Amino acid sequence: MRIPCPFCGNRDTQEFVYRGDASPTRPDTDEAMHDYVYLRDNVAGPMREHWYHAQGCRNWIVVTRDTRTHEIISAEFPR
Amino acid sequence: MSRLPTGGLIDRTKPLAFSFDGKRYTGFAGDTLASALLANDIRLVARSFKYHRPRGILTAGSEEPNALVTIGRGAHAEPNTRATTLPLFDGLEASSQNRWPSLDHDLLSINGILSPLFVAGFYYKTFMWPAALWEKLYEPLIRRAAGLGALSMEPDPAEYDADHGFCDLLVVGAGPAGLAAALAAGRAGQRVLLVDEDVRPGGRLLAERHEIDGNSALDWVDATIAELASLPNVRILSRTILFGAYDGGTYGAVENGRRLWKIVARRAILATGAIERPLVFAGNDIPGVMTASAVQAYATRWGVAPGKRIAIFTTSDSGLKVAADLAAIGIEPVTVIDARDGMLVTRAIGGKALKAIELSDGRRIAVDTLAMAGGWNPSVGLGCNLGARPNWSEAIGAYLLDSPPGGMIMAGAAAGAFGLGAAIASGIEAAGGGMPVPATSEDPSGSRPLWHVPHSRGKAFVDYQHDVTDKDVALAAREGFTSVEHMKRYTTLGMATDQGKTGQVNGNALLAIATGKTMSEAGTILSRPPYLPVSIGVLAGHHRGEHFKPVRHTSGHAWALENGATFVDTGQWKRAQWFARPGERDWLETVSREVTATRTGVGICDVSTLGKIDVHGPDASTLLDRLYVNIFSTLPVGRARYGLMLREDGFVMDDGTTTRFAEDRFYVTTTTVNAARIMQHIDFARQVLWPELDVQATSVTEQWATYAIAGPRSRALLAKLLPDLDLSNEALPYMGAMEFHWQGVTARIFRLSFSGEMAFELAVPAHHGDRLIRALFEAGRVLGVAPYGTEALGVMRIEKGHPAGNELNGQTTATDLGMGRMLSRKKDFIGRVMAARPALVNPARPTLVGIHPVDPARRLRAGGHLLAKGAAPVAANDQGHVTSVCYSPTLGHWIGLALLANGPARHGERIIVHDPIRDGDTEVEVVNPVFVDPEGVRVRG
Repeated sequence: MRIPCPFCGNRDTQEFVYRGDASPTRPDTDEAMHDYVYLRDNVAGPMREHWYHAQGCRNWIVVTRDTRTHEIISAEFPR
Repeated sequence: MSRLPTGGLIDRTKPLAFSFDGKRYTGFAGDTLASALLANDIRLVARSFKYHRPRGILTAGSEEPNALVTIGRGAHAEPNTRATTLPLFDGLEASSQNRWPSLDHDLLSINGILSPLFVAGFYYKTFMWPAALWEKLYEPLIRRAAGLGALSMEPDPAEYDADHGFCDLLVVGAGPAGLAAALAAGRAGQRVLLVDEDVRPGGRLLAERHEIDGNSALDWVDATIAELASLPNVRILSRTILFGAYDGGTYGAVENGRRLWKIVARRAILATGAIERPLVFAGNDIPGVMTASAVQAYATRWGVAPGKRIAIFTTSDSGLKVAADLAAIGIEPVTVIDARDGMLVTRAIGGKALKAIELSDGRRIAVDTLAMAGGWNPSVGLGCNLGARPNWSEAIGAYLLDSPPGGMIMAGAAAGAFGLGAAIASGIEAAGGGMPVPATSEDPSGSRPLWHVPHSRGKAFVDYQHDVTDKDVALAAREGFTSVEHMKRYTTLGMATDQGKTGQVNGNALLAIATGKTMSEAGTILSRPPYLPVSIGVLAGHHRGEHFKPVRHTSGHAWALENGATFVDTGQWKRAQWFARPGERDWLETVSREVTATRTGVGICDVSTLGKIDVHGPDASTLLDRLYVNIFSTLPVGRARYGLMLREDGFVMDDGTTTRFAEDRFYVTTTTVNAARIMQHIDFARQVLWPELDVQATSVTEQWATYAIAGPRSRALLAKLLPDLDLSNEALPYMGAMEFHWQGVTARIFRLSFSGEMAFELAVPAHHGDRLIRALFEAGRVLGVAPYGTEALGVMRIEKGHPAGNELNGQTTATDLGMGRMLSRKKDFIGRVMAARPALVNPARPTLVGIHPVDPARRLRAGGHLLAKGAAPVAANDQGHVTSVCYSPTLGHWIGLALLANGPARHGERIIVHDPIRDGDTEVEVVNPVFVDPEGVRVRG
């Protein structure tokens, strides 16, 4: 698999570290923290994921990947 | 000799000597081992997997199921090499496999007589009881009887390499379609990589007699290769197996069995050709029964007559073409049996060689070779690697890949374009056109599948390599294994090293017949990588033995080596474990001496491997406040503070000291093993969680060489090295830090202590580290300075009750480690909310304590579980476990750290360390985990 890093260009996945679902955002309230830490959707289809270009630019990027086909739909900076 | 007097693409001026099972023979340059064996009248080349039946050469390509041999001897031996694709070389030594005592007299051929026992599922049904005998008796026996070649069991001496290829267009297969595609794309200026498994491009054009543009097709092949070679944007990789297609246009290939290629292609044309089907009738595995395309190839390409009396049994026009090609070479077939005319071969007769065939009209004809033309299966396997399913085409009687994955195009015979003209045209079209299609000779490709010869008595093989017969498939269907996937697993059809290249489709068809389904309903399996066997060695490449992973040396490594250090692996780092001196009996004596030398004088330890991160920017302190449980924004410049980091789920992630060198500049340290993970964590926090913070972070682990100078004489040592620097408690108090210059380079000194003694850490840019360590020992010589390693470091930290890797195990909270009071209530930080969950603040959680044996002569061992005295040793009574132990030379007995339920309330209590697999039970006393200088007087010096 290859990821089009917005900083480095198209690179092999071996250079990246996978983190997981990029959808949850760190909540402001204590009550929402449990869901943020533990609850994840098991997505079949396009999914926004955090990948870290550890052996490249050291940027965290948000990759939209179809979990059924591994097609990479987009890769962008998180902010 | 079966070598024809003329013809073939061999160089008769270059004879090559080789041996098979110890006997010497001669072949020619251009031969494969298989063609050379046939030229020398060797037809029996192997014994089959299960029944040990005599087997010959079935095919002329990489689909070969039978003719597997071992090449070379000793450590260089390569088992299971396909004789049909191995180019002959001078001095080649080949030997047959799976026979004893010899290929000709194989005692295990008794399995063939016992064959009614060995049907599909035999092992599952027979060796069921008693279960205990499986590992000891049944499996070793079965494994000895059934099998392929044996590994040498010695290290592989071969050298492997790796390379990367990037192209606009990858063309797989250099047959007519692939060559045409590569030429069309090459002329259009695309970067083309043409990969072909053969030593010589051309594919079936090397094995069949055709005309292109009025001349021999070989002239077209030569002209095409010459033009491709002249194009700088085209590269041809011959003898290269493309073994897998992966996501994102990535492909894996192996060149010459030795070089691994990782290829990234915008598009790929799979011009992978087709594989001829054998026909299923009794005796279809007797040496001398071959695919028709193989007979054609041996005669045409290698100038070898596979037999003197050849019959052809065909279901397709390609079989008639074989007859015509043989006749043109001067080998007139004895008979051609075309199943489409209603005539069938019902049985092949012979033992170690074919003697005759029986026909459906009762005639018996004496032949020594039977060419089977059962129709063609397009090689769609690579196209299925990513999950695309082949569909049955009634029109051509084969599976086609109608919708290959994006970026992949099927062409030529692989796309069902079997005729030469159609194949070339489809190659050109797949490449985008722009090139005229040359005129080709007639090449009809009509075919009608014949899956099974009825009323055929005897063993009719479907999967030759795994000895699966038509009856095994029928049995699977009867026993309910009616899907192709279940049939495959029950009969092992298609699970041998050839992955069913010749047998899978016939097996699917027989299952469809047995279950009354159409081919479309029966379906087929999906091919996974590797398409052909790939040795583990080529995948490992250079990454084996000491090169398996990179090795990291600190800048003090050479000095440590000169001073007799024993090293230990810490991640990729080599760290000095201890420095043994002559006369010391064991490591324990060495380590104890290093501890005592440090606690009573001065010792030096290389601590350069700790992770170091420079955090810089106006919001640096805000970021650190959110990362750590304690507060860093209040830390004065020139001071260091111990910090604890949690994961968001509330458990401890890492610890270390952080020093503030300016208002906006911090120097963070991490544990050695977590260095990369914490860098990643900090980047996540500043880039994803709080991108609004103006702060940068950079790993400087490898930029600084750092040495700990510890012990009551540490200040005296540094005073000699740095006479101009004021190291008094006033100028550099405990947890103080400053930057200065040492011999012209920036240096940093920290008043930090892991040992509990008065101690300093001295850091210089890494390439000055060697100079500094030598200067430190020079300065310390008169003070009796001793180097100490990670073991002594560990002993001193246990004596001081500092948690390390064994306690920071991902399952402990700050409170568990006795650091609950560090959790700030004045700010938010990662892990704050979850750390307050009731279960994580329950005092019954195992919490850090010290232990020592009641009998001071007893040894402690880490890993033992803790029980109340008198409690039965069952899981329900488990109260925690021992995390770290050491012999304390300071106290003169063994001590340990443990995580004990309600630990802090139980100091003074006696409990049991239960260790049933080593020393049994040991009675210990629970104590304060700080064994040495609990008031912390010494560090302040």
